[in-house]
Amino acid sequence: MNTAKRKSSRSTGAGLGFGAGMLFVLPAAALFAVFILVPLVTAAGYSFFNWAGLHNEGFAGLDNYVTLFTKPPYRDQVWPALGHNLLLFIGAMLFQNTLGLAIATFLHRFDRLRRFFQTIYTMPYLVSPLVIGYLWSLMLSPLFGPVNNLLKQIGLGEFAHPWLGDPNTAIWMVALITAWQWLGFPILLYGAAIAGIPQELGEAASIDGATPAKRFWHITFPLLAPAIGTVSILTFIGAMESFPIPFAIGGSKGDPAYSTDVLSLLFYRTGFAADNGGHIGVASAIATLLFLFIFGVAVVARRMLDRVERRLT
Amino acid sequence: MTATATSPATTTEQAPEQPPAPVGKRRRHRLGPGEIASRAGIQVLLWVYAAYTLAPLLLMVSDSLRTQPDMVKDPLGLPLEPRWENYVEAWVTGSFGVYIWNSIYITVASVLLSTVCSLLAAYAFARARHPFFKWLEAVFMSGLMMPVYLAILPIFFMFDAWRLISNPIGLILVYAALGIPFSTFVLGTFFRQLPEELEEAARIDGARPLRMFWSVMLPLVRPAIATVVVFRFVPVWNDFFFPMILMRDKATYTIPRGVTQFFGEFQSDFPLIFAGLTIATIPLIILFLVATKQIVAGLTAGMGK
Repeated sequence: MNTAKRKSSRSTGAGLGFGAGMLFVLPAAALFAVFILVPLVTAAGYSFFNWAGLHNEGFAGLDNYVTLFTKPPYRDQVWPALGHNLLLFIGAMLFQNTLGLAIATFLHRFDRLRRFFQTIYTMPYLVSPLVIGYLWSLMLSPLFGPVNNLLKQIGLGEFAHPWLGDPNTAIWMVALITAWQWLGFPILLYGAAIAGIPQELGEAASIDGATPAKRFWHITFPLLAPAIGTVSILTFIGAMESFPIPFAIGGSKGDPAYSTDVLSLLFYRTGFAADNGGHIGVASAIATLLFLFIFGVAVVARRMLDRVERRLT
Repeated sequence: MTATATSPATTTEQAPEQPPAPVGKRRRHRLGPGEIASRAGIQVLLWVYAAYTLAPLLLMVSDSLRTQPDMVKDPLGLPLEPRWENYVEAWVTGSFGVYIWNSIYITVASVLLSTVCSLLAAYAFARARHPFFKWLEAVFMSGLMMPVYLAILPIFFMFDAWRLISNPIGLILVYAALGIPFSTFVLGTFFRQLPEELEEAARIDGARPLRMFWSVMLPLVRPAIATVVVFRFVPVWNDFFFPMILMRDKATYTIPRGVTQFFGEFQSDFPLIFAGLTIATIPLIILFLVATKQIVAGLTAGMGK
């Protein structure tokens, strides 16, 4: 049987036979199935059962979902948390991706310095987001924080502020800190995309008298559409999954006053935090909805982007 | 100036003979005063942003070498008399020796495991003709967009049943699985670029698939392997979500998990905290300096998908 398969694959040329191929994919498929696919499906299953502590107490239908949206504390926390996730997405698009695109465009004009600056800008990506959250929480500390101190030293003392202690500014600080960490990513992606744009286009336009700004808006920007789409999708996934930086800044309760709470924190609190732990059903309902939201939006956006890309080429 | 004046003449003369070279030359020579000024302005902005990127990291290192009263008095001061004892104290009281060893063991093992599995799978995806493999590859690729951490509750129960809680093996298996979508994606792209004639020749010589994979294909995809290994190293090393839930015993904490513990215990001892944060960061800065190329390649790999 095995030899027959191998023989047939040999006769078809370079391809790999079905049997041999199966052996090659087996280890990866097993890992992926056991530790990713099965737990994901099981998590969705959990959301339809009653749980008392760690014990499954029978089928519950949609009860957990109803609880999530109608009973405190969940119903009061789920919408603000989602709002904060969306705010982090908007913040990332504003601070991180626009600035990233601007810097990538600037860097394209330099040859030798480009690599140097790219390296520096990418460095924070390497540092654990948790460490970055702690580091910035100390930087922004109202007592001895270097940020407020710097503001005072350059004569802007009235702007000194308990940045993380004020519920109005805390979530924006999370967005800025995230942007600080991730800026290298859009710079590199856009840099690669800009490098792929044929030089002649820009040169032809500048001969026709187009200013650099016009050249950017009418030539570079449209040709970057696929890259912008890719970056936006990845940014969306990142903002929705946000966890370590908010956790380092505001703990598992999104301090101050739940102002840095996000859905992943709500999920973690509901499933694991000791004081109200054991709500496995509700936690699984959050996980299921959040999964469908992130994965659904990402897949649909990806499809649309592929279609646009095909029309462009 | 003279170069600017002569360049149009030279380019028109040279153009028919060797077209590609003059283009670059002409571009560099055409810089007018306005262009130079705008380049200088942009460079200033780039340096300012570079300072903003580096300042917090430098401050972290600088403050880790100071004393608490000194810091409160002057938050932006420099460590004029560096206190290396802070590191000794952080290392000892924070048990960083234990955490670093756990991090190295878990990261290296999981990246190795996921790279080996992904290499085999990616080769099959590139060469097997049966439609099943196309389907399986699409399933793997969808993993790139999945928030997998949301599956933590079932993983926790599974590990509880299998006695894998507080066991490095459990974490290694989870991280290895998490690495498979990205690794098969990058390696698959690479395998597809290799001409199939290579294997045909080896097959005529009587090589079996595994032998062919090992001695013909593997040496050719070495750059992609380097990218995958280095790039996967970072998120695994930095992750604290899975250890927070799956590692309950302090002796099995990884560095980021240990840092949360440490931060909670010494929250008011700032120099010690900064020393701990620096210890957690140094291995990655070293990795970045020796493997910038692979990190950049990994970050830009998302473009292709």
